[in-house]
Formats: sequence, structure tokens, C-alpha cells
Amino acid sequence: MPAVAILKDVSRVYTMGNTVVRALNGFSFEFGQGEYWAIMGSSGSGKSTLLNILGCIDRPTSGSYQVRGQEMATLDDDELSELRGLHIGFVFQSFNLIPQLNVLENILVPLFYQEDPPADGEERAAMLADRVGLGDRLDHRPLELSGGQQQRVAIARSLINDPALILADEPTGNLDTQTTSEILDLLDELHDEGKTILLVTHEADVGARAQSILHLKDGHIDDVAHNRPRP
Amino acid sequence: MLHSPVLRSVKLGVKSLLLHKLRSLLTTLGVLFGVSSVVAMLAIGEGASEEAQEQIKQLGSQNVILRSVKPPEDTVSNQSTRVSNYGLTHLDFERISETLPWVKRAVPVRELQQEVRVEQRKLNPRVMATTPDYIEVTGRMMGEGRFISERDEELVSNVCVLDHEVARFLFPFETPLGKRVKIDADYFTVVGTLLPRTRTSDDPAAAGTSVTGEVLIPRLTGQRWFGDLQVKVRSGSREMEEVQLHEIIAEIDAPENVAHAAAAAREMLKRNHKQQDYEVVVPLELLARAEETKRIFNIVLGSIAGISLLVGGIGIMNVMLATVTERTREIGIRRALGAKRRHIIMQFLVEAVVLSVGGGLLGILLGLAIPWFVTWYADLRTIVTPEAPALAFGVSVGIGLVFGLYPAWRAATMDPVEALRHE
Repeated sequence: MPAVAILKDVSRVYTMGNTVVRALNGFSFEFGQGEYWAIMGSSGSGKSTLLNILGCIDRPTSGSYQVRGQEMATLDDDELSELRGLHIGFVFQSFNLIPQLNVLENILVPLFYQEDPPADGEERAAMLADRVGLGDRLDHRPLELSGGQQQRVAIARSLINDPALILADEPTGNLDTQTTSEILDLLDELHDEGKTILLVTHEADVGARAQSILHLKDGHIDDVAHNRPRP
Repeated sequence: MLHSPVLRSVKLGVKSLLLHKLRSLLTTLGVLFGVSSVVAMLAIGEGASEEAQEQIKQLGSQNVILRSVKPPEDTVSNQSTRVSNYGLTHLDFERISETLPWVKRAVPVRELQQEVRVEQRKLNPRVMATTPDYIEVTGRMMGEGRFISERDEELVSNVCVLDHEVARFLFPFETPLGKRVKIDADYFTVVGTLLPRTRTSDDPAAAGTSVTGEVLIPRLTGQRWFGDLQVKVRSGSREMEEVQLHEIIAEIDAPENVAHAAAAAREMLKRNHKQQDYEVVVPLELLARAEETKRIFNIVLGSIAGISLLVGGIGIMNVMLATVTERTREIGIRRALGAKRRHIIMQFLVEAVVLSVGGGLLGILLGLAIPWFVTWYADLRTIVTPEAPALAFGVSVGIGLVFGLYPAWRAATMDPVEALRHE
């Protein structure tokens, strides 16, 4: 598998007053296309920082990060925004839908910021809403939906730009067991379709659903494990 | 929906503002009052200035008017009966019309306090003895008949010209031409009537209960029948006045000479009068003064409007800063999903402009309603020039842009990671 995201000796250092926190410390790894990784680790292990860098909303303090062959350090703020809008799909723990927009409009947000949005955006958004089981709720506001439904909208939103990377930050952290398994089923489907998914979690049973698990500790790789393929 | 990003931004902005209807409405009030005061005060100022200019033009912009003014009384002789002798003289008139350069022609006016009656109808108009040139110098228009002629002067004939109001009062059902009216003890034949002045004067003194008006008779006729002495009976005391002429209206040959002529006339009167018993009125000077007054009025109004617009703008900035803080998370989401800094700036700037333009449009409506109400209630003339609402609209857009820029910039420069973590 060709690599979508290549990190070489990436460090991210925060200075908080007098204390220096090394959230990532010489991290190197390659995420291949079509792979489904769970990134696990205790709190403070650097997994969220890693995800932020992978999503191009944060820059490494040192080291190199290449996404789809482009070196992040060479891109300015606008180019990074464009890269996010075109190639990255975000799914957040707290869904992060925009409250004043309805389901359809929320799914469309990434296209709104593209320089050259596809003409069939609305049809695709409707199709994606249908796909995540919300085809009949297009004009509902996020607050009129359950948590599971909101997360489905967020997943549909992450798919609208047909991204190279789907980044999920504790996507089931706010959901009950039943909805959790529904959302994880949806991610499995996306993986089967060839999407690259990187999922941050601290729940072992969620991590077990991924193809492979990357354990982080103190900003570097602690262990890499491969799960048995799904039947 | 995706076709026009600007339209979409405006739609989005309106949507966000409607989430906090009351707050948005209150925020627009500053701009609303600022803009409406600009529009309303411009309309009222414009109306007042045009009214003043019209009144001044009625006096004749190429005229210099000399008037007799009763000098301050010396309170020593507190008698019940006395004769005061003051004012312009026939000699002044001769000098003005014969020796003063630039004067094309001049007319003398002598006012008589006389009762005018036809059978049982009587009133006390201004009876004015003057010369045939009066009608042309003052620019009054004849209704029926003719004005006083040179021949009337030569023959010292008992003829008179009535103005519109007097004619209507004395002869409500018939033409006054050829009829006779009694002025004091003598009968005068009506030879003509005057049209009313171009606008019915809004002079409050004229709007009393009794009909006032003007009756014109030949100068020499007036002198023959009524002399130069007048008796005024006033609350128990009889007062006698000897005034030869009440007014001299001099028409100047060209507008640029009016100031010179006025100065020369002042000089001449000063030399020949022991006391300040006259005044010189120059409509052209009044016109210039009216322009100056208007300019000052505009500066004052501009400052007031500027201050209230400034306050309105700061109000908008305040609310936009609150909005940006409140929606930090939304900003983070949008940035993560591909929004560039300029998209965020655009979004909040549009919202600020929608606020200020909303206030501006409501302000224009209110600003148009106020002059209408003033005209209806106080009967003042108001003129809404099309520039005023256009200016107000442009200013409100500008306010939104200027005061929305900083909050929008604050929003755009947030760190997306921090913004997403914001609760």
C-alpha cells in the first residue's frame, strides 16, 4: 500500500509557563492508503496532538510530515486550509456540527470553502445523508437529533469531499454502547470501501474494531499490534 | 445555494443574527438613530433654508431696503401726549434716487394707519402711499386692472390698488374694479388688484384673527389727505408720530453693486441723521447670512450625527466581539473543515455589515417619517433630497465594515486547535 501520511522524527513541544511539554517526541510512522488504524494511549500520551498534526490544524515543532506527497512545512496557512478542505475528513468526539445549520447544510460546509466546488454538491450531500440513515431529516437542526444521529451527520460531512484521510477523535466517546457499535459498523463499511481511517480512542473494545492498533506512550510509539481480520 | 458565496454569506449572517433577535435589534439602535437623525435633520434644514431663501428673494435680491426705525425713547418726558419725529425723509429719498450711484430706481413708501371700509365691512390694512415703480421694484404681480400710474400722481387722483386679501374681504361677491372704498373720510376708486405673493407667507403675525393686507394709493394723494403727522391711540395715551417715509426701496443696477450701494446709502444716512432712526436691509446680505447659517447648521448636525454613528459603531463592535467569543468553537470547526482566514473574516464582517445596514435601513425609514410628521404637525417645510438616504446608507455600510473588521480579524487569527477545544 502506498503511504498517505508519512511522519519523520516529528516533535511537538508546548511551553506552558516554565514547563516544557513534549507531546510528541521524535515520532516516525507511515500510514498506508486504505488502512484503518486505532491510535491508543493514556491521556497525555500525545495521541490528540498526533491527530491534530495529521489533520493539518497544528504544525510540528520539528520533523517532517508529508500528506499525499506534500511536505506540510512548505505550505502556508491558506494552503493548509485548502488541503484540509479537499483531502481530510474530521469526525469529533462532540460531533461539532454548526447549530444554526440544518443537516444538509452541515454536510455541505466543507464544499462551501472549496475554490472550485463540485456542481452536484447538494445531491451528493443528500445521498450521503441517506447513506448514514438520515435521508428523511435533511432539514433538521443538530439539536433536534440524538447523539448517534449527530455523529452520523458528522461522518457524512467528513465524506463530502471524498477525503484521502478520515480522522476520528474519540468518535464514540459521547455515545452509548448501542450507538457506538452502529457508528463503528459505519466506519467498518467505509474501510471496506477503501477509505483510510485513523481513529483515536482510549477504549480497548473500540480499538479492537480497527485493522491495527498504534500504542503511544510519552510522545512516541510504544507498540504496534494487528487485529485479526474481520470475518 | 452554492452559486454566490456572497449571497450565501449574507444568508448565513442573517440566520446567525436571527438566533439573537433582541440583541441584534438593540445593537442596530445606535446606527438607527444616527442615520435617522442625519436624514431627518438634513430634510428639515434643507426645507428651512429654502424657505428663508424664498422669503429673502421676495424682498428682491437686487434691492436695498431702507426702513424707518423708531429710536429708543428718552424716558425723561413721560407725558401722555407728545410728538415724536423720526425716520426717513423726503429729502433722503431725493438723495438716494438722484445722487447715489448704481441705483436704477427707487420707490418711497409711506404707511398710514387708516381704516378702510365698504359699507359695513371694515378693516385696518397697511395703507401705503407709493409711486408707480413700486410694482416693478418689488416684483409683485397684478391680478385685475392696473397699478397706480404717473397720471394718477400728476392728478393726485383718489385711486387705490387692493391686494388679494383685502379685495376678497371687502368685495367677496363682486369684482372690486371701479368700486369705491372709503379710507378714513375720503372715497377712493379701485383701479386694480394684486395677486397674492408667490407663497402664502408663513409669517405668524399674518396668521392672526383679523385680516391684514395692503392697500396702495398714489404718493401725493396720501400726502395731500393724510399729511405727515399720525396719531396713534394706545391704551389711554395718545401718541403722535411724524414720519415722512417708512421705507425706501432702491433697485440696484447689477447684483455685484448691491454691497457698494448699501455701503454708500449707510454712509449717506449716517451723515444726514442725528440718530439711528433707520435701518438698511440688504436681502443679498441676508441671503449670504442664511447660507452661512445653513453651513453652521450642517456642521453641527454633522457632528451630532457623527457622534451617534460612532457610538452605534462601537455598539456593533462590542456585540461582534461577544459573538466571536461565543462562537469560538464554530470558528474552529469551520477552520478544520477548510475555511481560510479570509472566509472567517468575510463571515463576521458580513454579519457586522448586515447589522449596521439593517439599522441604516430602519433609520432611513424613520428619518423619512420624521420630516413628514414635522410637516404635518408643525407645518414646516421639509425637503428630502435623494442624496440624504443614499449618504446614510453608504455611511451605515462603512460603519459595519470599520467596526466589524477588528472582531472579524480576532476570529480569523484564532488557533484552530485552541478554538476546537473551547467549550
